[in-house]
Order: sequence, then structure tokens, then C-alpha cells
Amino acid sequence: MMQLRCPDCGPRDESEFTCGGTTHISRPDLNASDVAWAEYLFFRDNPQGVHFERWRHTYGCGSWFNLARHTVTHQVLAVYRMNESPPQLPNGVP
Amino acid sequence: MKYSALALLRGALAAHRNWSPAWRSPEPKPAYDIVIVGGGGHGLAAAYYLAKNHRLSSIAVLERGWLGGGNTGRNTTVVRSNYLYPESARLYDFSLKLYEGLSRELNFNVMLSQRGHVMLAHSRHDLESLARWANAMYMNGIEAELLSREQVGELIPALDMSPDARYPVLGGFTQRRGGTARHDAVAWGYARAADALGVDIIQNCEVTGFVKAANGAVSGIETSHGRIQAGRVGLAVAGHSSVLAGLAGFRLPVTSYALQAMVTEPLKPRLDKVVISPGTGAYVSQSDKGEMVIGGGLDLFPSYAQRGSFAVLQSVVAATLAIFPSFSRLRLMRQWAGIVDVVHDSSPILGPTPVPELYINCGWGTGGFKAIPAGGWMLAHVLATGRNHELAEPFQLERFITGRLIDEAAASGIAH
Repeated sequence: MMQLRCPDCGPRDESEFTCGGTTHISRPDLNASDVAWAEYLFFRDNPQGVHFERWRHTYGCGSWFNLARHTVTHQVLAVYRMNESPPQLPNGVP
Repeated sequence: MKYSALALLRGALAAHRNWSPAWRSPEPKPAYDIVIVGGGGHGLAAAYYLAKNHRLSSIAVLERGWLGGGNTGRNTTVVRSNYLYPESARLYDFSLKLYEGLSRELNFNVMLSQRGHVMLAHSRHDLESLARWANAMYMNGIEAELLSREQVGELIPALDMSPDARYPVLGGFTQRRGGTARHDAVAWGYARAADALGVDIIQNCEVTGFVKAANGAVSGIETSHGRIQAGRVGLAVAGHSSVLAGLAGFRLPVTSYALQAMVTEPLKPRLDKVVISPGTGAYVSQSDKGEMVIGGGLDLFPSYAQRGSFAVLQSVVAATLAIFPSFSRLRLMRQWAGIVDVVHDSSPILGPTPVPELYINCGWGTGGFKAIPAGGWMLAHVLATGRNHELAEPFQLERFITGRLIDEAAASGIAH
């Protein structure tokens, strides 16, 4: 079982959390094109490697936070708050 | 060599030393008219139908690992066509019909067992939604039968039908043509039949990039075996579609998840239906070897690790035991996961991509096995003719821009 570190509550089991998908996606203008809306709503990088994603400590404090997590090893490389920008990961990250 | 009872007898007389490999292992040629990436069921079926339906030669299938070693060998072997919307019903029933003739078509026993697929209702709301579902199937011309509580109990004696059951069974519905097929045999059967028609199947050959012509069209593939020129390329790589699309320079509306499954130790015949209980998350059938094959839910975070998390395994096992208490002493023998390509409307993507001469078959999500014959047929059609098959027409990548989604919540029967 994965353990994630909630910024407020510390390390907890995966089953207390909900993944909210890719983070740092910004909503386009209301008058943006259909293509821009499709990109925003549906199209994703879906990387085999480091993925920046949102998680919610649903069965704990309820707060949202960000993770940098490797999608093959599931290793968590960084935990940071919703209002922070993605951290620089060291070179040679798996 | 044609497989038959006579061939078996002849083999027995020759102490079974007369069998030849079911397919060749050729070195790749420098160029092919059509190259298919992905040697799972969909890719191999596409190669077979290209050779068979469209009488094309000069076809190669490239597989990074071994044939059927991805999701084709990692599913719960269920086939069915109980979908909600007309577009999906047509496509998946076409697939089931092809399955019904597949052993004869391929001269390979895919061990299709139309034992019936039963969906359980545990609440009044479940009953209503199953009635809607069964009626939709009727409207689409696919047989479905609503079952009373008593009928479910007769069909599946192993279910906990006691008055104090944790999840009481109030009824259900069945598609009697649903069932299981041997997953490896589907891959091997298509591979053998495609090979016999001249398709080169190249295993342990990883695609590392695409070569493009001046007009942006794909003209070849970089592989671990060197560069291969290709007139047209088809992708059938399921959970790794985004990775290949990334190499070709475009994105897909796909998220990759690990979908796990497990088998128990074998036991005597106890369950002769495929049983799914969407409310609890249990999905069980018994294999011909006697193992209980239990389908899991998704690990609901993006993953390319071909293993499932213990948290999901635990909830799946708990759900299964809640409706089949008599399985509680069985030991799990194996547990594994496949990487599935989930799209927002749980419907496949079949057709052209933003890159000219590159076509894709993906987005089957948690339900790709049952769709292998149809998926292969559709990919072969578009690769051979450059036009979509009419059944594939609604399932274009474009639908995510036009908004004409086919929101098939029924896509796997398990909520996702």
C-alpha cells in the first residue's frame, strides 16, 4: 500500500486519499476555441515517469495538495501546497 | 499445419515430435506497407484482418515484449456486449459475433464458453437501472433478460441469498450469450493465422520513435531492431498509447491506470456464470482449470506499474466474499495488473490521428479483451482503405472537440 504525506497530517495510507488528476491546468477564456476547451477538459500528457498531480486527504483533514509522483515506481518525489508552483526536481530523477 | 482431431492422432502416433512452431520469428525487413505497433489481441487481429479481409501482404506487427504479454494476458477473459448506447451496442455485438465464429475462423480453439453473464441488483435503484439497461439492449437488438431474485438464486447457487446477507440480492439481468474465452488462445490464434497469411510478427522489438516525411506524415519507425520504413502505421498499445502518441508528437484524452485481477487456487465446479455486482465491486467467474477469476477495480491514480495496490485488492476480495461467503477459505494464487487506457466517456478511439498515415486503436479502458475481434477489424479497415469502417465512425478522436461523446458508463460494468 502506498503511503502519502499530507502536508497537514503527515504520512497516511493511500486509502485515506483521493487522486484528483493532473495539477497546474488552467482554465481557458470563456470565449476560447473548442480545441482549447478540449485540451483543457480532456487531453493530458499522461506521462510514463514523473507526474504532477492533485490529491485530497478525503478521509482526513479534507485538504487538497500537490504531489510529484513517478507513475512507474509510484515513488513520491515532492509534496507541496496547492498555491505553490511545481518544485525543481533533481537531475537524474528516475 | 491445420489443427484437427486427425492431426492430434497423427501427433500421438509420432510421439508428438511432428509439431512445428505456430508462427515464425522473422527478422524485420527494411520496409513494409503497413506496420502495426502492439502484439496484443487488437494488433494481431488487425494484422490478420488486413491479410484476410483486404488481401494485403507486406505487414508487420512489432511487439516490445512477448505476444499477448500485456493486457491480453492480464484480463478476466470475459466477453459480452451488454452496452447502453446504440453505437457501442453495434460495435461490441459485432465483436461478440466474431468471437462466436472465431475458433473455426482461426482453426484455433479459443475456448469460447457462452455460459451467461449475470449482473446483480442489491437495491431498488439497482433494479431500476438494470431495467433501463436491459431495455436499452432490447432496443439495440441484443438479447437481455431481467431476472427475479429467485431466478438469480437458481442460476448462481453459491450466492449468499440468506435473509441477513450483508448485500441482499434483489434481482439482476443476464446476457446469455456473454461468457469467457481463453485470453492467450485469442492472441495465439490470431498470431498463428496472421503468420500463415504472411504477416511478420516481430517480438522483443521496442518502438523508440517515428520517422516523418516532409509533409509531416509518418514514413517509418525507429525500433530497437533499427529503422523500418512503413507506408502506414497502426497503434494498438492500450495503456501505453499516450507514450507512443508522445513520440509521434500529439496528445490523447487518455489516462493510464492499473487494473488488477487475481485467481484463487483451483476447486471443483462451483460457479458456471460470470457474475458481476457493480454495487459491491465484485466480478467473478470460474476458469476451466477451476480457479476463481476475480476482477478488481482500478487503482484510481495514474500508473504504468503492472501491479495493483493492496488497498484495492483488499476491497475487491472483501466484496467478493460478501456475496460468496463460501469462498472465504480459498487462497489467492496470483495477482497482477494491466495498464488500461481510460478515456472520459469510456468509449474507444478508432481511426486517424493528427499525424497523417498514423492510425490508432485505443481507449478501450477496462474492457478491451471482449472487443479484440472488432477492434482489429476496425483498425485493419482504416489502415487498408484510409477510411473508417461505419461502426468505427462515431468513435473518432475528434469527438472530444465536437463534444459528441458516447458516455458509456456501462463500459466495464464496474464504475470508473
